[in-house]
Amino acid sequence: MDIEKYIASGVLELYVAGTLSEEENREVHRNAEQYPEIMQEIEAIEASILALSSAAFTGKAPEYHTITNLLKSDDRVRNLSPKKSGSWISYMGWAASVALAIGMFWIYSENSQLKSDLEMSNQQNLNLEEQIAVANDSKAKSETLLKTLREKDIQVVLLGGQDIAPASYAKAYWNTTTQEIYIDAEGLPEPPDGMVYQVWSLKLEPLTPTSLGLLSDFTSDTNKVFALTNPNSSEAFGITLEPAGGSDVPSLDKLYTLGVVSS
Amino acid sequence: MTLDQLVLRFQQKDTIAFEKLYGMYITNICGVITAIVKDEDLAEEIAQDVFIKAWNNAESYTASKGRFFTWLLNIARNAAIDEIRSKSYKTQKQNLSVDFFVGILENEPVSEAETDYSGVLKLLKNLKEKCTQLIELLYFRGYSQKEVSEELDIPLGTVKTRNRNCIGQLRKNMTAS
Repeated sequence: MDIEKYIASGVLELYVAGTLSEEENREVHRNAEQYPEIMQEIEAIEASILALSSAAFTGKAPEYHTITNLLKSDDRVRNLSPKKSGSWISYMGWAASVALAIGMFWIYSENSQLKSDLEMSNQQNLNLEEQIAVANDSKAKSETLLKTLREKDIQVVLLGGQDIAPASYAKAYWNTTTQEIYIDAEGLPEPPDGMVYQVWSLKLEPLTPTSLGLLSDFTSDTNKVFALTNPNSSEAFGITLEPAGGSDVPSLDKLYTLGVVSS
Repeated sequence: MTLDQLVLRFQQKDTIAFEKLYGMYITNICGVITAIVKDEDLAEEIAQDVFIKAWNNAESYTASKGRFFTWLLNIARNAAIDEIRSKSYKTQKQNLSVDFFVGILENEPVSEAETDYSGVLKLLKNLKEKCTQLIELLYFRGYSQKEVSEELDIPLGTVKTRNRNCIGQLRKNMTAS
């Protein structure tokens, strides 16, 4: 199970609110018993609601002893002596109640079946709605991206592959007015574990690199377009592979792509 | 003793365990009820009933169906909502709207007495109004996802993740001090 994804889904928040179905509650409970991270998350969510609810009450709560004499204790077991009866009326009565009980049970089981069917289709409905929400979100993101790339004063720089990886390439879309730069890194291979791509703005004479930032979460980013800021008057851009966290100066032996800004 | 053990003993009608649980949650339960009835004295009375009800129905709680606090929360919400639906309450109070926390943020007088809500203000700092409403409906009113989506006019599919973001901000505010 992908625990991070499970936690991020928001299901644990609803578990604490008490709005999940019985089936879902049992599932969360099972997962919490199995994975301590999930249990911790539930406790942290609960703690925030505890904090908010206690802040909502500013007085002094009534003390425990104010309710002690109202608590029922368990010594109220009653003994009823059985009455004798043997007439046919009472047998009819028993027979009728057995028939009624069977009928009631049948109706009850029909009803619970319907209820669980209904709950299931509600759940499916909700899942579909969630998928729609995610799809809308990703559509909106793509539209924003497209709009940005079509802007008038954007400079496009092709970064060609270097010795270490001749087949790789990247594109930079640099808006000199807003100082935003978008790196399309679709043409780069996935970085090995513990390594990350770092983007550099370069001045050529003398060669002065300035870091623009990292292409973090490269593997999980689906469209491989990264937004960075570039306030420099760059003459070229380069992308190098650096240890996680990035470096102060580029490792030029790990230079993957390089491209010169046309002036 | 862990919470689980405490709850187990409470279910076996151990008054010492019950007293501990009472001490742990009475203020929270008073707060939840206050958010609904908007009257702290009345909330105290209802909270006492809630704990008596919990004691009398201790065997109906099952850990696999949810947190102990969630179980108490549910009893408290139902008791408070019963109260505001009752006739005697309606003749006393006019304002039945769902806006306890938003009201505090907008500095509207929530009850007659001057109350110090600096704790609430700190916790709800930087939360969008929709977030505050979302938390109030889900946790303090027991609304379902569908009811929340209708009441706040947001798509049903986004309630879950939106609520997570809102609770995230609340948690951030809780740790920042």
